[in-house]
Amino acid sequence: MAMVQKLQHNVTIKGTKDGLVLLLDDKCSFDLLIEELNDKLTAGSSQMLSGPVISVKVKAGNRYLTAEQEEKLTEVLKQKENLILDDFDSNVITKAEAEEMRKDAQVVTVSKVVRSGQVLDIQGDLLLIGDVNPGATVMATGNIYILGSLKGIAHCGTKGNEEAIIAASVMKPSQLRIAHYINRAPDSYPEIGNEMEFAYISNEEKQIRIDRINAVHRLRPKLNSLL
Amino acid sequence: MGEAIVITSGKGGVGKTTTSANLGTALALSGKKVCLVDTDIGLRNLDVLMGLENRIIYDLVDVAEERCKLKQALIKDKRFECLYLLPAAQTKDKSSITPEQVKKIVQELKQDYDYVIIDCPAGIEQGFKNAIAGADKSIVVTNPETASMRDADRIIGLLEQEDMEPPKLIVNRLRNHLAKNGDMLDVDEIVSVLSIELLGVVIDDENVIKAANKGEPVALQPDSKASIAYRNIARRILGESVPLLSLEEDKGFFGKIKTLLGMK
Repeated sequence: MAMVQKLQHNVTIKGTKDGLVLLLDDKCSFDLLIEELNDKLTAGSSQMLSGPVISVKVKAGNRYLTAEQEEKLTEVLKQKENLILDDFDSNVITKAEAEEMRKDAQVVTVSKVVRSGQVLDIQGDLLLIGDVNPGATVMATGNIYILGSLKGIAHCGTKGNEEAIIAASVMKPSQLRIAHYINRAPDSYPEIGNEMEFAYISNEEKQIRIDRINAVHRLRPKLNSLL
Repeated sequence: MGEAIVITSGKGGVGKTTTSANLGTALALSGKKVCLVDTDIGLRNLDVLMGLENRIIYDLVDVAEERCKLKQALIKDKRFECLYLLPAAQTKDKSSITPEQVKKIVQELKQDYDYVIIDCPAGIEQGFKNAIAGADKSIVVTNPETASMRDADRIIGLLEQEDMEPPKLIVNRLRNHLAKNGDMLDVDEIVSVLSIELLGVVIDDENVIKAANKGEPVALQPDSKASIAYRNIARRILGESVPLLSLEEDKGFFGKIKTLLGMK
């Protein structure tokens, strides 16, 4: 009897206004978790487990969930058709993942002229001290800042970050790309206007817009690390 | 031990061969021992511009494949004792020679000559790789037009990856009145985009065409504008500091007086 009591503490199901949260104990073995989850889903006759469609969040605490384990959990949850798995959440990540996160967050400084035919592909934010000549391409998973003139192609948010921006001292690109949005340049640029500008995806129009650099703090407040 | 300079451009027809012929001639005029090497295998022209076509017996490919000695293939210029030409083969193509072979030949030439001028074919493939293999320095020739500048930019990018000094720029065939009206790119604009050191500007001069058809490099003429420009570039290669030629057209007698009087 005591055994059964203990088992019940490993998986806790909580209801919130957004759906269910599965709290998994991070001390016991994974097999035990699966077993208990199975029991709870099949044996439990609670209304939450058989009612209308409901989203489920899995919180694993300090346990690292491998891809295989996530798959197994997904399978178990599939038994109940009304449960839709929303997200796995764990406090633990691997070193490799942490390294990726660090790289995505870093600013890479490059000082050179990127010339026709050359491609500069950066993980993180790119700070380019120099020009991007016509026919050249610069890419970054984060933002792109160019201290020089942008006359080639710039592609920011290459992993899909639509919040990313492209800023350039002289903004005369042949093409701008943010995440999967692409904009072609006008066929000619007016001679006037040498103010520093930046490109972003406007929330209302869902397309690339260009604005003066002063507007950046209003449109992308998250860029500011000095809060 | 001399130095090897490759003349290149990416785009065809901008004046690589003309520049090679004239710089070689101008350097020889200053008393340097110069050897011109034509690496444009299959489309050789340098010998024609130099007026040496009918003297060719052996060529670059023959030397590379050791059918003859290097000295046998060299052709002495008609006008200068110290100017030689190593012609390209006309019957083969670019792949009939490797960068290593060119490098070896250029190394050998550098022992005997002050300057080895290598004329590069258009393009960025095998021929280009052959031409730059043995070079210590490079000169990029461009015309004041967008297409040729785009290609020059590409070439500069490729040259910067090589183990040699940063390339220098020659703007060829400038038509001053067009540049002034804004109908043609002007020199400042070209230099600011390509951002490499400017070695010289050569005005579009019909004497160049006339001279080329006669097989006499224009640099031999005493006072044509292109000739002076090429000789100045040669002096800059030799390390002299020569100011850029004024690009202004002659103002005529009254213009000069006005300038004197400070009216213009």
